[in-house]
Amino acid sequence: MTATTAPDRLRRPATPPRAPARPARRTRRSLLPYLLLVPAVVLELGVHVVPMVVGVWMSLLELTQFHIRDWSTAPFVGLDNYRATLDVDTAAGQELLHSFWVTAAYTVASVGLSWLLGIAAAVVLQRPFRGRAFLRTLFLTPYALPIYAAVVTWSFMFQRDTGLVNQVLLDTGITDHRPFWLIGGNSFVAVLVVSVWRSWPFAFLCLMAGLQNVPDDMYEAAYIDGAGFWRRFQYVTLPMLRPVNQVLLLVLFLWTFNDFNTPYLLFGGSAPPAADLVSIHIYQSSFIIWDFGAGSAMSVTLLLFLLVVTAGYLFLTRRRRSDA
Amino acid sequence: MAIGLPKRLLTTAATALLLAAGLAACGDSAEPAGAPKTLTYWASNQGSSLDADKQILQPELDKFERQTGIKVTVEVVPWSDLLNRLLAAATSGQGPDVVNIGNTWSASLQATGAFIPFDDATIAAVGGKDRFVPAALAAAGAAGKPPTAVPIYSLAYALYYNKKMFADAGITAPPATWEDLVTAGRKLTGGGKWGLAVEGANISENAHHAFTFGQQYGGEWFDAAGKATFDTPQNVAAIKRYIDFMAVDKIANPSNAEYAQNQSVSDFANGKAAMLLWQAAGSALKAQNMSPDAYGVAPVPFLASPPSGGKRVNSMVAGINMAVFKHTKNRDAALQFVKFMTSDEEQVILNRTYGSLPSVKTVAGDAAFAAPEQKALAEVLGSTAAPLPQVPAESQFETLVGTAMKELFADAASGKQITEEMVKAKLTNAQQQVRS
Amino acid sequence: MRETAAERYVRWVVLALLTVFTVTPLYVMLTSAAKPLRDVQGDFTWLPSRPTLQAFVDMWRTVPLGRYLANSLVVSSVAAVFSVTVAIFAAFALSRYRFRGRGTFSVTVLSTQMFPGILFLLPLFLIYVNLGNATGIELYASRTGLIITYLTFSLPFSIWMLTGYFDSIPRGLDEAAQVDGAGPMRVLFQVILPASVPGIVAVTVYAFMTAWGEVLFASVMTDESSRTLAVGLKGYATQYNVYWNQVMAASLVVSVPVVAGFLFLQRYFVAGLTAGAVK
Repeated sequence: MTATTAPDRLRRPATPPRAPARPARRTRRSLLPYLLLVPAVVLELGVHVVPMVVGVWMSLLELTQFHIRDWSTAPFVGLDNYRATLDVDTAAGQELLHSFWVTAAYTVASVGLSWLLGIAAAVVLQRPFRGRAFLRTLFLTPYALPIYAAVVTWSFMFQRDTGLVNQVLLDTGITDHRPFWLIGGNSFVAVLVVSVWRSWPFAFLCLMAGLQNVPDDMYEAAYIDGAGFWRRFQYVTLPMLRPVNQVLLLVLFLWTFNDFNTPYLLFGGSAPPAADLVSIHIYQSSFIIWDFGAGSAMSVTLLLFLLVVTAGYLFLTRRRRSDA
Repeated sequence: MAIGLPKRLLTTAATALLLAAGLAACGDSAEPAGAPKTLTYWASNQGSSLDADKQILQPELDKFERQTGIKVTVEVVPWSDLLNRLLAAATSGQGPDVVNIGNTWSASLQATGAFIPFDDATIAAVGGKDRFVPAALAAAGAAGKPPTAVPIYSLAYALYYNKKMFADAGITAPPATWEDLVTAGRKLTGGGKWGLAVEGANISENAHHAFTFGQQYGGEWFDAAGKATFDTPQNVAAIKRYIDFMAVDKIANPSNAEYAQNQSVSDFANGKAAMLLWQAAGSALKAQNMSPDAYGVAPVPFLASPPSGGKRVNSMVAGINMAVFKHTKNRDAALQFVKFMTSDEEQVILNRTYGSLPSVKTVAGDAAFAAPEQKALAEVLGSTAAPLPQVPAESQFETLVGTAMKELFADAASGKQITEEMVKAKLTNAQQQVRS
Repeated sequence: MRETAAERYVRWVVLALLTVFTVTPLYVMLTSAAKPLRDVQGDFTWLPSRPTLQAFVDMWRTVPLGRYLANSLVVSSVAAVFSVTVAIFAAFALSRYRFRGRGTFSVTVLSTQMFPGILFLLPLFLIYVNLGNATGIELYASRTGLIITYLTFSLPFSIWMLTGYFDSIPRGLDEAAQVDGAGPMRVLFQVILPASVPGIVAVTVYAFMTAWGEVLFASVMTDESSRTLAVGLKGYATQYNVYWNQVMAASLVVSVPVVAGFLFLQRYFVAGLTAGAVK
């Protein structure tokens, strides 16, 4: 059974490519992968890479409202922007560091919960039954809604005096007073709930697709061997989902870490300290006051941090794969 | 062979695109002579919807076209996007010819150098400096430099009070001092109703009040050199006075600490709060079914015994200015349009519709502005309003101080005691984050 | 394989909890859309005091909702189609071939996901403007510019997802087809694609939804004629009032085609053709 090998795209090839039957094919085939990649390369360069490089360049300039019109007049300040924003002895540096911690906690919690809910739903909806298509569609609906409406609805629900959440909490007797959700310490929970509500359908979608490639006979074989639900899950489902999970968890982590819209729309532009996520923090402390050099420096710092985390993650998951 | 082919592709493509991006210098092509004149105008949202704004402006633009043959294409931009798009236009040298800007952005936009300065010659072309209300014109750019825009709609803060609730509580006149306001507020608070509604989580609103209270206590937010002076004792006292409405006097609902989407206006309209400090709330209140007879409009109070150095200021000069981009290909046409929009006739029509005040002195006495609300606002604008600091770092003041106040309101709402040390600590923290 | 009673119980509990979690905000949206504005601004009530469909009527005028909807549909569909096509070719190359630059490409593409959008917004905007000036192709404030941007945004994840999906399709099938004389393109179209339908559907949905819901770039790169729904909805928050009931009504109405699409696509989430074909 060859279907269990996980992708090895980053490993060096162990064997040379299959030798073709005729020499003419050899030249054509060795160019083919490059040709297939050309559209993707061109688009990525133009829309992602070059602007990113320009963004990094911006972080080395003192780019404020005075120079935004003609960048050639912006003084080159090297690493000054980085020094100014990352100095933990200053209030600004402290706040940025705090914001990183909050975002890290938020991201881990959000991705973890979204994945758990996604896999639970995908597994539970794997077996056909009446109404399955309806439930699958229902669960994908948060993903279909425009983010503005979704987050704004939650901000309604979290209003202290007029919101549904406090109404339910009071009516069911869970609390005896109306807590704040959009300011103060609970704001972390609020933004986490909204984030999970929006992310878990996406995890569900990917895991659902991934589960389709797990052949039924593998489950049958395990069942015949006497494996109960949890063992089938552990030894059949999870390993088969490893390629999907590897990508899914990583991108969910990156997207959630960088998430700007959710806190921006939930907190109306400025986040309370307990929910001061890094992307909105960067926006509030730089772009909104026209200091693009500093904003770029903070964004590049964020990028470097995520690069390190990603490299570590890929290293760890790669190791486990070759051990398997 | 294919060695390094992708890498080579990468580098050549990158260089090519970088070169293209590097050509960001503005090189406007000259206008071919005799081409039909058209202007692009970005209007801000002043009315009840983007569509409503378009309906209001289009007849005026048609009138302008009939008079001058210049066609104006208008796009109404929501406030949430306007500044971003102005920035993008200023950066790229491409965009509209004429724009509305919030007047608090004036100094920052002036610093970009992307707009035509209204020096004496230019401002003479649109009717002359003396036509404009001095306070409004002062809020159009840094002092000592030619304004970067001219005012078109003017607004000021006022105290709105619910007549019935006042009558029921036996209060005969709107308070003229903060002490009286607290006394009145205490009488009006109770039974699910509150004396005063504040928009505690709205950064801009907080900053505007910070300015007004600061002025009354004799504080300044920037010194003469443009350096931030946030945590002076006067400013601390000023901010504390405003926060105390919720923290000490308890005349503001703690829930107000999370209001950022004009919920305080709704509370006032629904009779949940008896008083409101707001800019020209009349149109908003009407849209929420509160008739103008139900409320009164009074000037914002002062301190009963102001400290030395305290100024007699009870509102910022609020309003909308009109600016012309330097990259416009139709400079004369653009100035003609500005002249049109600041003409007597248009000032009356537009400000009457929007419920704001004219920015030109010549029509102040028009019957359109004789309603009680307009009269009260005009008085404030004429005598006791002052512009926000016209320095490029003004946006930092708004963001940092406004956020500090939001956090203080959050603390007050959760029952913490707000001491002067706390206020000072927050303001010092804010000041340390100012980037010079 | 029969399901035990315990398994069935757990399944229904899980489904019930997830349903409540998902549906509660949807319920709030639905009732808010049917409430008069005054209700929405006041205390929360489970039911409207006076159910009304006025918001559903007004919402088309307050903001040019029809045009925004059309723009969003066009931009998202075209971006999705092109994005998936480009991703399929790229994933095929990454999955089935080893070549120099493979690792670099993968890592570069992945690293684009780490970059905060705010940072490359301005540079990208400048590039579009300058390209537009140089070549006459309007990329700024045009649907074309948005399409190109969005299709690129969804590429990295699509490529990664499809590569993983293609990798799990056994080479044995490729070889079988090649023995029959198939060239690489025929292998792609006749072997790989039919076996990857669920993955392709997932990726198409993702590409469409990325374009459908993107807010930041749309707010700067569009003008009134090219604006999409995601930012257009903010137009309901005006100077005087935020028409919450219309926001909810509009969001529900524009989501109907998308949700209907999801329902329709259910049939493609079936077990791949490789199930049972593996020796």
